Order: sequence, then structure tokens, then C-alpha cells
Amino acid sequence: MLESLDTFWAIYSNLVLSLGTASLLALSIYLTLSCGMLAMANAAFMGIGAYTSSVLTMSHGWPFPAAIAAGMAAPAAVAFLIGKPTLRLSGVYLAMATLAFGEVVRLVVIRAEKITGGAGGLDGIPQLTQWWHVLLAVVVVLFVLARLRRSKIGRAFEAIKEDETAAGLMGIDVNGHKMLAFALGAAIAGLAGVLNAHLTNFIGPQEYGFDRGVEILTMTILGGINSLFGPVLGGIIVTLLPELLRSFKDYRAVANGLILVLIVLFLPKGLWNPAWMRRVLGLQRKGVTP
Amino acid sequence: MNELLTLTNVSRHFGGLKVLQDVSLAVRQGTISGLIGPNGAGKTTVFNLITGLLPPTTGDIALDGATLLGRRPHEITRAGVARTFQNIRIFKEMTLLENVLVGMHRHLAYGVPGLMFALPSYRAAERRARDRARELLSWMKLDGKADDLADNLSYGAQRRLEIARALATEPRLLLLDEPVAGMNSTEKTELMREIVNIQGRGYTIFMIEHDMRFVMGLCEEISVLNFGKIIAHGDPGQIRSDPQVIEAYLGREDDEVSVTPEEVDE
Repeated sequence: MLESLDTFWAIYSNLVLSLGTASLLALSIYLTLSCGMLAMANAAFMGIGAYTSSVLTMSHGWPFPAAIAAGMAAPAAVAFLIGKPTLRLSGVYLAMATLAFGEVVRLVVIRAEKITGGAGGLDGIPQLTQWWHVLLAVVVVLFVLARLRRSKIGRAFEAIKEDETAAGLMGIDVNGHKMLAFALGAAIAGLAGVLNAHLTNFIGPQEYGFDRGVEILTMTILGGINSLFGPVLGGIIVTLLPELLRSFKDYRAVANGLILVLIVLFLPKGLWNPAWMRRVLGLQRKGVTP
Repeated sequence: MNELLTLTNVSRHFGGLKVLQDVSLAVRQGTISGLIGPNGAGKTTVFNLITGLLPPTTGDIALDGATLLGRRPHEITRAGVARTFQNIRIFKEMTLLENVLVGMHRHLAYGVPGLMFALPSYRAAERRARDRARELLSWMKLDGKADDLADNLSYGAQRRLEIARALATEPRLLLLDEPVAGMNSTEKTELMREIVNIQGRGYTIFMIEHDMRFVMGLCEEISVLNFGKIIAHGDPGQIRSDPQVIEAYLGREDDEVSVTPEEVDE
């Protein structure tokens, strides 16, 4: 019994742990979506976290906890800087601006060859990520986000998502809350990047490009943003799907695109939709707050 | 009585279009005042200027003597101005209680540690806010539906919810943009009573309304806006007999303003 568990872990530990980092990524974009913003920079923030921490552990001998902190702080700081001018954009313009930013990050990584290894990537990153690091990260992030949802900040996010003007006239600092969602989302994406980089021991700029951005979005849209469980569920499905359909692995991006289109068309609120489930079960909604 | 809100020579142009020209008016503390005028006269623009959604081209807007110019909408709300909208803007995906709680945002004074670990300060503040939200809903006769989704409310009830939500910001001045539009006469009478009660609790109310019976019955002072200019100001009796007002509304001099609301609405 124990032996077979060991074998399973030996084969699948990377997959199981990548479910955790995928959940973190889905939760990172959930934050901006729950505030009504379609920001597509999370892959880039993941990359910033991954590179920052890897360079620190490899070249400067930083201890892992400090590298994690830096890998979260760096993308949050970058988010703060680019958020100032871009968060006032709405809808598709914000998506375009953040996508362009992602491309800039990718090109900077390729050009800054001396630090980042350029297009060839960084090899030999110490494998410092333990399984419990990932578990702890997911639990802590879920806890923080759950507390936010049940507070005035969560209500402010939802108000901004529904009607920005009305939210402002309720005394809510709309720009401040958007910035909080954006920067916190960036920190969580950075955390996923750090854990992932120190798990796979290699990172390259192509991992944090447009495809990854769409994949992160697909996870969260698939799962739905009505609860915290939705993004986690979406992250798990999108990560497992290519493993289950091995022969289609080359078409991963196609599958993601297809899922995105189908969900938007037929299940716009995502798979995990408590309101819909309660309606089906004949129960009444009690609201986000207790 | 002192003036709570003052507009001094306020103009607003959109390109070459002069939507408001030299508008001056004052709302006295503790009163119910009204702003009336034909469609397109610029009434809602006046509210948008007061609440900071638009800056005036020229002129000054002040609350209790302090200018509101250059402040962002949420800062103006915090200074004590709350409003409702002509086209209802409640948060439809939230419950009634949550809608009102959103209005209490800045009155919930707990920090990040408090909310993260559900400290007593957080729990006490949230409990107080919930009690207050239920009280405000009861003012508007909505307390029985506190946990319903706002989207499921009738039109009239949505308007009342918007008032409860505006009151949650603890304003000194409440701006109502056509509070009875789309309501039937029973709902209008009820709302009239509720608005008088709100005034009785010390709030100052300034409303835009087309329903003449409603405005004349509630307001102590009325300003009339026509083509972006104030053409009359006074108590209901003065407004009703003002020849310019009669002309603006009816286009004829021999008709009376005290007609049924439906006719004026058209």
C-alpha cells in the first residue's frame, strides 16, 4: 500500500504540485476579475516572480523564504507602477494594455541575457520547493481571499464590478481598490512563479508568454468567479486535461481556446455556480456575507 | 437657516453646447427642496456636477461653505453628499442587505489584521453595520426582504433600496433623481411619507422630479430650470403661478400647472 503510494508520488508528484501552482495562478486572476477588470498580465507577473527568485537563489545565495518574499514583492511593485496609468482603462483596452506589458516583459527577459539567460532560459535552479510549501501557499492564499470576500473590501470589489460609478458614489475609492486587486493578484502570480521555478529547475521566457496568459484566464473562466472554489476547480481541470488526453498534447493551446469559447457561450458564470446550483436544488441564496 | 449646498454661477458646456448657464441656487439645511424643469433642461447634469462625476466649466459648488470642486466622487460622498439615479443603479447581483452595507464602506473602521483574523473589532463593526443596514431598510419598508437578491425587486422597491443605500453613507445632503419615476400612485404616496420621515430625522433633501403633485406636496422651495437657466425660484405657490414656469411647461399661458402628473410627464 505504502509502496504503491511512493511509486505514485515518484511519478506524479510534479503533476500534483503543478495543480497547486495552477490553482494559485487561477486565484491571482480571479482577484482582478472579481473587481471587474480583464487584466492579462498574470503570466508576466508569474515570470517576474520566477526570475527574481531564481536569480536570487542561484547567483546570490538567498535563502528560500527570502526569495519567495522577493518573488512576490517584485511583481507587486511592477503592478503598482504599471497600474497607475493602465487601471483607468476599461474593458478590452485594459486587456490590450496588459497583454502588451506581458510582451514587454518577455522581450526584456530575452535581452537581459547576462541576468536571465536570455532566450535559452535559466538552468539549474535549486529544487527547493517541497510539497508542503505548495499546500501551505494554496491554503494561505485561499484563507486571505476568503477573509477579503467577507469584509468591506470584498463588497467593494463586487460593487466596482457591478457598477463603478455607483461604487464611487458609495464612498469607495475605486482606483485604490482596483490597485489593491491588481497588485495582490500580481503577488499571488509571483508566488506561483517562485514555487514553479524551484520545482522544475528550469525556466525560459516562452513559459510566461501569451499562451500561458490565455491558459490562466481559461482556468478561472472555466471554474467561475462566484466562489473561491471555482478558480481552483478550473486550475485543476485545465492542468489535468492534457495529461488525460495525452495524444492531444500538441493541441493544448487549441483545447484552451476551445474551452474558453464554449464556456463563454454556454456557461458564462463558469462550472462552479452556487446560485445556479441552489436554484436547481430549490434553496435560496443567502449572499456572500454571513 | 443656513445654506448647506450652494451653487454659484455654475456653467457646464459640452463642446459648443451650453447645458447649464450661470446656475445659482441654494439648499437650506433641514429642508426638502426641488429642482424641476422640462426634459433636457439639464437637471441631472446639476446632480452630476454636485457629485463630482463632471467638473463644472465655470462657477463654484460648495457644501457648508467648503468647495467641492476638484474632489473625486468618493471624496464628495465622504464629505456628506449621497444620491440616487434616474436610471436605477443598484447592485443587482447582491442582496438588499449587501447593497446597503456597500454604502457603509468607509464607516467600517477596521484594519487588515482585524478582518484577516476576525478580531473583535472587526466582528463588532460588521455587526453594527448589519444592524444599521436593517434599520435603514426598515425605514424604506424593505427589511422583510433583506436577504433577497436586489434584481428580484419590483421597480418601485429598487428605487426605495437606492435611497436606503444612499442613506447608508450617512450623508448630510440626499440628492434624489426622479424618485417616483415609474411608480404607481400608491407607491408614490408611501414614498412621500417615507421622505417626510427621512427629513424628520434631520437629513436635507434635494430632489429632481417631474411629478408635480409629489414636488409641490413635499418641497418647501423649488427652483425651475429651463434650457440650462434658472427661470424661477420660490415656494410651491409662487412656482405654480409664475408665468414663465407655466410657459416653459405648457407652452400656453391660459393653462394651470396644477394638472395631473401624467399630463406633465408627457
